[in-house]
Amino acid sequence: MSAPHSTARIEANGLSKSFGEIQAVRNVSFSVNPGEVVGFIGPNGAGKSTTLRMLTGFLRPSEGSASIAGIDVLKHPIQARLRFGYLPETGPLYGEMTVVEFLRFVAGARRIRSVELDGDLIRVRKVCHLEKVWHQTIETLSKGYRQRVGLAQAIIHDPDCLILDEPTDGLDPNQKQEVRDLVNEMAAEKAILLSTHILEELEAVCSRVILLHQGEILLDESLEAMRKRHPLFGSVKIRVAPADADRSLSVFGKLEPFVERIDRQGDHFLLRSRDKRNVSDAVLAVSKDAGLALLEVAPVIPRLEEVFQELTRPQSKFIEEQG
Amino acid sequence: MRAIFLREFFGYFRTPVAWVFLSVFLIASVGVPWFLGNFFESNDASLRIFFRFIPWIYLFLIPAVGMRLWSEEKKSGTLELLLTYPVSLGQAVLAKFLAGWLFIGLALLLTAGMPLTVAYLGDPDWGTVASGYLGAFLVAGAFLGICSACSSLTANSVISFVLGLMCCLLLVLLGWNVFGDLLLSLNFPVPLVDFLASFGVLPRFNPMVDGIVAFADLVYFVSISIFALCFNRVVLHR
Repeated sequence: MSAPHSTARIEANGLSKSFGEIQAVRNVSFSVNPGEVVGFIGPNGAGKSTTLRMLTGFLRPSEGSASIAGIDVLKHPIQARLRFGYLPETGPLYGEMTVVEFLRFVAGARRIRSVELDGDLIRVRKVCHLEKVWHQTIETLSKGYRQRVGLAQAIIHDPDCLILDEPTDGLDPNQKQEVRDLVNEMAAEKAILLSTHILEELEAVCSRVILLHQGEILLDESLEAMRKRHPLFGSVKIRVAPADADRSLSVFGKLEPFVERIDRQGDHFLLRSRDKRNVSDAVLAVSKDAGLALLEVAPVIPRLEEVFQELTRPQSKFIEEQG
Repeated sequence: MRAIFLREFFGYFRTPVAWVFLSVFLIASVGVPWFLGNFFESNDASLRIFFRFIPWIYLFLIPAVGMRLWSEEKKSGTLELLLTYPVSLGQAVLAKFLAGWLFIGLALLLTAGMPLTVAYLGDPDWGTVASGYLGAFLVAGAFLGICSACSSLTANSVISFVLGLMCCLLLVLLGWNVFGDLLLSLNFPVPLVDFLASFGVLPRFNPMVDGIVAFADLVYFVSISIFALCFNRVVLHR
C-alpha cells in the first residue's frame, strides 16, 4: 500500500552525531518534499554521508530524529525502510553474485511479492540499462555498471523517497548524464535527496541545495538564491569599439544607481551590479542614447564552484555580505 | 529473512569456500580417526573414535565458515545495504547463522560413509550414532555462534578467524582432562578446576557420543549459541 504522495518526504530534525570527541554532524534539520530533488553538497568530511546514514537508520544519531514518509526511522525501522531506496557511498554490492541473482535477493529482502517480481525486474533492467550484464557476476563489471546495479537495487521497489550518496561518482560523462536523466525522470513523484561534490550536477538535476560545512547546514535554498551569493551576480562584461573606449567610462558612469563599480582594462569593462539585478538592459539603453558602439555585452555567469569555495573557506566574506 | 538465509547459504557455493571446506572437512573427519585414532583396529562397531575428533577438527573449520559472515559485509560496505533493507537486525543475525549452521549440517551429512561402513562391517547401535550426530551438530552451532559474534567485531577476516579459533579453543580446553590435570599440577584448587571444566564442551559432548542425551547438555549448547548471537546483535547495533 503506498500512502498519498504528500506524506512522502524525507525529514531530519536536529540530527547530531559525535564519534568520541569529534562532532561530525551538528543539529541538522531539513526536509525534502515530493517532487523535489535536493542536492546535498559540502566539502569532503563535512558530514554528508554521516547525515544520510542517520536518515536511513544505519547510524543512530546522538541527538535528533529522522523520518521517511512520516515514519520515524528508529522507532519503526522496518516500515520506514520499506518506503525509501538508498544507494550508499561507493556503491557496495555482493560481488560474487550475478546482477539478476543480486536483484532477486534485494527484491526478497524488500518483500516484493513474487507476482510483482518479474515486472519489477524487467522495469529496473530497462531503466538502468542492465540488459547486457544481466547474467554477469557483479565483481567483473565496470564501475559504471556497478553504479547502475546500485541504483537498480535502490529503485526496485519503486520507493517514494530516494537517498543517493554520490550517485555519479566514478562515472564517465555519458554515464553521468544517464544517471541524471534517470533522476530527472523519477523526480516528478518522489522526494529525492542526493549528495554530490560535483556542482554541475546541482544545475542538471536539483531544484534546491543544502550546503553542509563542518557538520552544520550553511545554507538551504534554491539554486538561484545560491547563485545570487556570487559577488558578480547580475554584472556585465562589455567590450566597446576602441575609438569609444575613453568616452564609455563617463557614459557608464550614469548607471551609478545600478552599478557599484566599474573595472576597466583597455576596451573591456566589467560593470558590477549594485543589488544583484541584471544590469545588461540598462547598459544597452544608455549606450544606445550615447551612440556607443558595443562589440560585446555578456552577463557574467556566476559559477557555483566559486560560491561553494568562498562559502566553505574559513572566514567567508560572502556570508558577511549577505548577512 | 528468507532472502538473507538463501543468499548466505548459496553464497558458500558461489565461492571456493564451500568446496574447500567440504573436502577438507571430509578428509579430516574420516582421515584423522582412521590414521590417528586407529578406527579400524579398535574393532568396535561404533563411531566413538570418529566423534572424539570432531570438536578438534571443528576448531579450525568452523571459524573458517563463520569468519566471513559479518566481517566480509563490513569490509565491502554491504552491511550498509543489508541493514537498510526492511529486515530487523535480529533476523539478519539469525538468518546468517542458520545458513552457516545448515551448511555445516550438510558437511556432517556427507560423513554418512562412516556409519554406513561400520554398519557394513558390524552392527552399530543406531541410537548412539544419532545422538553422536546430534551432539556434533549442536557443538557446531555453539562454535558457529561464537565465530559469528567474533566476525561482527572486525572487518578483517583473518582477525575474525583467529579470534573465533581462540574462543572455541578455550571452550574445548576447559573441558579437556589433559588441561584439567595441568591446572591441578599447578596447584589450582580442585573445585575451581571442576567449575571451569563445567564450561567445557567435551564433558557435554562426550556423553552424547556414548548415547546419553541429557537435557542440561542440550541447554548448554543452545544457550551458548543464543548468548553468542545476542552478543553479535549488540555489537552490530549502532
